[in-house]
Amino acid sequence: MSTKTLGPVRRKFQPWTDPAAKPLIEFRNVIKRFGDFTAVNDVSLGIYEREFFALLGPSGCGKTTLMRMVAGFDDPTTGDVLLAGQSVKGLPPYSRPVNMMFQSYALFPHMSVEKNIAFGLEMDRLPKGEIAARVEEMLKLVKLESFAKRKPHQLSGGQRQRVALARSLAKKPKVLLLDEPLGALDRKLREETQFELMDLQMTLGMTFLIVTHDQEEAMTVADRIAVMDHGKLIQVATPSEIYEQPISRYVADFIGDVNIIEGRVESAAPVVTIVSEAAGTRVEVNSDTAVNAGDTVYFAIRPEKIAISPDAPAETGVNALSGTVFDIGYLGDVSVFHVRLDGGRTIRATVANRHRLIDRPISWDDRVWLTWGRDSGVVLTR
Amino acid sequence: MKKFSLFNAASLTLGFAFLYLPILILVIYSFNEGRSVGIWVGWSTKWYAAAFENEQLMEAAWVTIRIALISASAATVLGTLAAIVLARYGRFPGRMLFSGMVFAPLVMPEIILGLSFLLLFVAVDFDRGFWTIMLAHVTFTMCFVAVVVQSRLVTFDHSLEEAAMDLGCRPVGVFFRITLPIILPAVVSGWMLAFTLSLDDLVIASFNTGPGATTLPMKIYSDVRLGVKPEINAVCTIMIGVVTVAVIIASILTRRSEAERERAERLAAAG
Repeated sequence: MSTKTLGPVRRKFQPWTDPAAKPLIEFRNVIKRFGDFTAVNDVSLGIYEREFFALLGPSGCGKTTLMRMVAGFDDPTTGDVLLAGQSVKGLPPYSRPVNMMFQSYALFPHMSVEKNIAFGLEMDRLPKGEIAARVEEMLKLVKLESFAKRKPHQLSGGQRQRVALARSLAKKPKVLLLDEPLGALDRKLREETQFELMDLQMTLGMTFLIVTHDQEEAMTVADRIAVMDHGKLIQVATPSEIYEQPISRYVADFIGDVNIIEGRVESAAPVVTIVSEAAGTRVEVNSDTAVNAGDTVYFAIRPEKIAISPDAPAETGVNALSGTVFDIGYLGDVSVFHVRLDGGRTIRATVANRHRLIDRPISWDDRVWLTWGRDSGVVLTR
Repeated sequence: MKKFSLFNAASLTLGFAFLYLPILILVIYSFNEGRSVGIWVGWSTKWYAAAFENEQLMEAAWVTIRIALISASAATVLGTLAAIVLARYGRFPGRMLFSGMVFAPLVMPEIILGLSFLLLFVAVDFDRGFWTIMLAHVTFTMCFVAVVVQSRLVTFDHSLEEAAMDLGCRPVGVFFRITLPIILPAVVSGWMLAFTLSLDDLVIASFNTGPGATTLPMKIYSDVRLGVKPEINAVCTIMIGVVTVAVIIASILTRRSEAERERAERLAAAG
């Protein structure tokens, strides 16, 4: 799409931290019910201009319904949806300045590629010359110039995806909505296209709202991610905040891999000290989560933040566990060690394979020690 | 591919003979030189000429074709609308009743349909003739169109219509620019079905006819009661020919477009 080598550099961009900034899309206490089923449950959210925003969650969590309320295919049961400060409640899809790229691409099978792209422009009754110029520009943008006369069924999956993208961009909408846009592509093409989408969004300076159930995709493309579950927003934050400071076990578990150790708070200051009888250790964490002594909490730590070693650490009572390796998953770039603790629980630790694997230093049934630092994990209360 | 066997060949021959022998005999005797239906005298096309010169017969054919054209077109519009309502508007109060009532004529005995139309037209004091046959045909062929179009709409990707609306197209425009062109083959086959049904209907037409509105099947039926004339054979052969050609063209068209589509999809997947 745009040239990769000279692509714009992702600058610091955080309009959501600026109290004066006005969101481009705003959900105000939106509730959407279908009969007895509540698809979206009291969502309030602001999405800012030029933001690449991802709605992430398992299927049926309400993310698509939320997007369809921006497009105009659904209206909130209660609450309001605003676009650039104006309520769009009740406004039909054909009167809204947003366009959507559909999961199925929804290309019109009886029209050629260029007719598909020109459709929205013809609806706006633009002069013929202008339509032709815009179609050409869009074909160039998605590198399909030589496919203008083809019908959709004469294209490969990746090419169809590009036509769908070009068609939804042709009208230069204020907001582009992307409903699982890369779901039908194979992994390699998907990863490539993710970076192309990011470049495109920055080059065009548009606001993109993407719906996806693929957490890696959301992490890659988005400025901010909203994690949803059962119609509610669980956490809205940048990818790194979501990954490193999840606010609940659900988020920690949904994004990436995590070990959860349940325990009781022994002391809350200066460091949070947790005693876990199940794991058989004390955990000390630098944490700003508000907890009181005696609370039941969950210590969450990512597998790649745990060090694995055959030798016992200097201090064995704190932030250290011992166990037996019972499974090793070799993934090429990393290896995942499943370590069964003496109490019977399993902890996962990943190790980057920095040398070519000739002889494994740690093997099945080895006794090992797992250790981590005070800043490696987080304390969760729910 | 199964291997050839005597049993397969015999059952194929018998089956086709059972289906087509009567028609074949009719076609052959339409070219008979003699007047008698049972005795072959020699080859001739004179009964075709006679049929075309028979004004009553031609008048009946013309009435039939006009009724079939108008009623098939009206039934296609109404049947398509009914199919869209049934396929699109999910559950609405009275949906069961509506779909039951749309499809009831499919299984209703023709004699009952014919009689009830007659009673209706008598009750409202509507002069029976061309238009009453037409109205009755619209009603009983409409359900066939609805069935054909609805089965196409079931597999229709609703997001195509949403995409068109999203790009600024109003609902009426969406129907004519997106929905109709895509379901057009089903609508056309619905029309052809309705046309054929109207063309060969005897029972309903007989109940609802009036002075000056004799359809071809009615004419043939009444003539045959006075003895089979070879020119009737000729007219029937022409009808068979027309229907056969229409069916062959329709199936070639769908077969070809499907094959082309498949080939293109294979090419695209390979490229």
